[in-house]
Amino acid sequence: MLFTPGSFVLPPVSKMRKELRRRVIIILAITAIGIYLVFFPHDRRPRLRDLTSWSQIKANIAENIKLGLDLKGGSHLVLWVQTDDAIRTITDNNVLEAEKILKKEGIPFKSVKATGLGQITVEVSDGSRNPDIEEKLRDDFGPGWERTRSDGGAVVFTMKESEMNDIRRTATNQAKTIIENRVNAFGVAEPTIQLHGREQDHQILLQLPGIDDPERVKRTLNAESRLELKEVFGDPHPTKEAAEAARAGDPNKMVIPLKERADAETGQPASTSYIVVAKTPVVSGIDLRGADAVPSQYGGHEYKINFQLKPNGAAKFEQFTSANIGKRLAIVLNDEAKSAPTIQAAISDRGEITGAFTKESAEDLALVLRSGALPAKVVYLEERTVGPSLGADSIRQGVIASIVGLVLVVLCMLIYYRGAGVNATLALIVNLVLLLAGLAMLGAVLTLPGIAGVILTIGMAVDSNVLIFERIREEIRNGKVIVSAVDTGFKRAFLTIIDTHVTTIVSAAFLFVFGTGPIRGFAVTLAIGLIANLFASVYVSRTIFNFILTRSGQRVESLSI
Amino acid sequence: MIQLFKDTHIDFIGKKKIFIAVSVALMIAGGISVWLRGFNLGVDFAGGTMAYVRFKQVPPLDQIRKALGEQKDASGKQIIETEKVTIQTISGTGNQLLIRLPQIRGSETQEGGIDAGKRAIIAALTTLNDPSQTGKTDLNSRGVADIRDRLIQLDPLGNRDESLYGRIADRIVDYRDKERSGLIDKVSDVPLDVQGLGDSDRQKLRQALEQNFTAGNFNVGSVEIVGPQVGSELQKRAIYVTLAALVGMLIYIAFRFEWIYGVGAVIAVFHDVMITLGIFSMLQKEISLTVIAALLTLVGYSMNDTIVIFDRIRENLKLRRRDDLIVIVNDSINQTLSRTILTSGLTLLSVISLYLFGGEVLNGFALALLIGIIIGSYSSIGIASPIMIWWKRYQEQQIAAQRAAARASKAKAV
Repeated sequence: MLFTPGSFVLPPVSKMRKELRRRVIIILAITAIGIYLVFFPHDRRPRLRDLTSWSQIKANIAENIKLGLDLKGGSHLVLWVQTDDAIRTITDNNVLEAEKILKKEGIPFKSVKATGLGQITVEVSDGSRNPDIEEKLRDDFGPGWERTRSDGGAVVFTMKESEMNDIRRTATNQAKTIIENRVNAFGVAEPTIQLHGREQDHQILLQLPGIDDPERVKRTLNAESRLELKEVFGDPHPTKEAAEAARAGDPNKMVIPLKERADAETGQPASTSYIVVAKTPVVSGIDLRGADAVPSQYGGHEYKINFQLKPNGAAKFEQFTSANIGKRLAIVLNDEAKSAPTIQAAISDRGEITGAFTKESAEDLALVLRSGALPAKVVYLEERTVGPSLGADSIRQGVIASIVGLVLVVLCMLIYYRGAGVNATLALIVNLVLLLAGLAMLGAVLTLPGIAGVILTIGMAVDSNVLIFERIREEIRNGKVIVSAVDTGFKRAFLTIIDTHVTTIVSAAFLFVFGTGPIRGFAVTLAIGLIANLFASVYVSRTIFNFILTRSGQRVESLSI
Repeated sequence: MIQLFKDTHIDFIGKKKIFIAVSVALMIAGGISVWLRGFNLGVDFAGGTMAYVRFKQVPPLDQIRKALGEQKDASGKQIIETEKVTIQTISGTGNQLLIRLPQIRGSETQEGGIDAGKRAIIAALTTLNDPSQTGKTDLNSRGVADIRDRLIQLDPLGNRDESLYGRIADRIVDYRDKERSGLIDKVSDVPLDVQGLGDSDRQKLRQALEQNFTAGNFNVGSVEIVGPQVGSELQKRAIYVTLAALVGMLIYIAFRFEWIYGVGAVIAVFHDVMITLGIFSMLQKEISLTVIAALLTLVGYSMNDTIVIFDRIRENLKLRRRDDLIVIVNDSINQTLSRTILTSGLTLLSVISLYLFGGEVLNGFALALLIGIIIGSYSSIGIASPIMIWWKRYQEQQIAAQRAAARASKAKAV
């Protein structure tokens, strides 16, 4: 570097000029790239309009810099996966399996029950067969369970902590995938779906740009979609009590409501009755291959859902229907029977769900069935929506505040530092261009606090210049030669500038870790602005000074500062 | 050249008693306010529902309150406790309100979910619409999907062309949000310049719109709903992150200077944050996530002034070993005074611009920075430096005492 600190031997002007030319080229090149990144379209050739039409310029900027939800409009949702549900399901399944196994092996027991989250109790009359019970059940439950009690009254199995965590984690990931499928079906542009918070939080973050009324999406996301086809015992009963009496306490059967739609043709009104069905379904959601919403034959604007089964399920279904002609089959959705037609002939791989479905509810349900059942329910913790009109307002206010701030700061610099003020202004402009270019290049999102970050950068950018200029003034006051005054000014101020930038960037780093969405946008904008400032206030500013100092070709006697 | 602070010789350290007195007074005032009135925590921390609503004509606030109180849930219970509702007019506009409902404990897993409040607000405000228009779909408060589905249901063109109705709904909402700031004046204003619509179609459509749709009185611009669980979580995180940032600063400064410089700087910044929070409590200004962001930024920014002064002190200490510590520190402060005031002043200018023109959402943020920057400059001079001097004096005393003890024992030995 020709201008090494402390060197009072001035190099020949020609060398200074060459160095200067190199610097100017670097600065112009970087600035040009920056301007291109921000103001020009990237996917086509630039046209004259890009320079002359104000609306085209605005459109280009909006294309290149991603806008946050608070500026563009959209919804931000945080969901909490109720992972306990997943554990409960597994526990319940294991209870049923345990009963079957113990019966098959002829091992006597009083009852098998789920007695807590991830806890199964086998009640026995005496502990003589406990080792057998343990052996058989341990094989079935797998290594995730351990026997925690074995005595004359009961054998108790508990799920291990590690197994529980595994299940919770899997449930959350599965839920995330299913939610992704459901959200994508709505055709949202560039949605964000990701795990949120710490691992043990089991939270999912959804950002849906452009959707400022998320009601329909929320309903679909949370919808349960347990479809089951079950064997019906007997005919429908008019009341729950009658159905329960018919069930006669059989643990393998259950009573569910049957809600049938009004039939316009037969004039039958909508009715609710109760049917006794088998607990275990013949075919369930896993066996679904597809589901579609189609207009129903009942005409009008009613819809129904056609579903298709996979080969495995189709085989089971065919076996069942051919063996049970004349009996009823219940089509059960979330433990509520939608219809219970009599089996006329063997059916294999398709069926339909009828009900008072509108096009929208039928499509939503088909979507939910297709995407698979959520392993656990999902609950909303946070919901923030911004409409596009408010977003546009925010942009406008932010831009006005930025321009006013910029004008005020530039005016002050010009008045106080005169010629050097121009220097600072040029450096500031380069700084802002690089800041916006940085955002465009990194694909970082500009949020409303981010615009505040730009305004803050304007104020802090001049900080570096003030530091340098004040030092130069001091050196001149102390009688130093202009060139060495400038030299010393930059040198002495440099380390302090680094210090001040590092502390604020560290703050921004903490903010990035702490915040989501808008706050992160602020942190990123501030950090990029400060880094760009390092380049602008030291390199660019220095180059401009050098330009002034070498212009006349001789020693410069005074400096406009 | 214009110079505002040429060769000042203010005895800052000598005035330290005044500075400390002012700081203590501010802290006590803030402390009392926090104790008596607490903080005005935003929905981010206290949970709840906050809605920005724009009106054609703002209904009387007590009517709004009454309508909110009349909202009932599925079991007939009142959803909203009207005493806890805050309704605030947004300054600078004649027609925008901020409606805030407190969180309902355990509401995430309840029937209604956390958005029960939002739906209650929309339902309540709908009852205050023009009663002659009840039953019609409100173009101003419904989303695209609802408007499209209603059009499909009505099928005024008789062609069941759902994608066409979708495009019509898109155009209507676009017009509403981009050209009318969210509020359509009259249904007949709506443009129907959508591809695929002939003139007779347009007529039929207009008729259908007039008969079945209305341009209601209000439009919900944005809603923030935060469940109780998230709220308390964020509170904890805010405190942890601020403390972590302070520790981070301490380490960095201890690394660049000596650790006592670090302690002085951190105490000064901590003092700044405390006073800013205290003033927020006194003014009962809402503390939201963006305000905490401003405070964290402050932690970093306030260090800047302190670092500049410390830098100069360190430089002078090297050059002028023999001079009295107090003199050196005073001189350092005076030398950097112009720089300190100028940069704070310039940053303050941009923040003032943000405060005045930046809009409602950033208002708290700007205020926090405004207060923080002023207090920050003051504390670098009045707090950080005296602490450092005090410590150095203490150290010197220790060294002198040790030396005296050594000499005494030597003398004894001799």
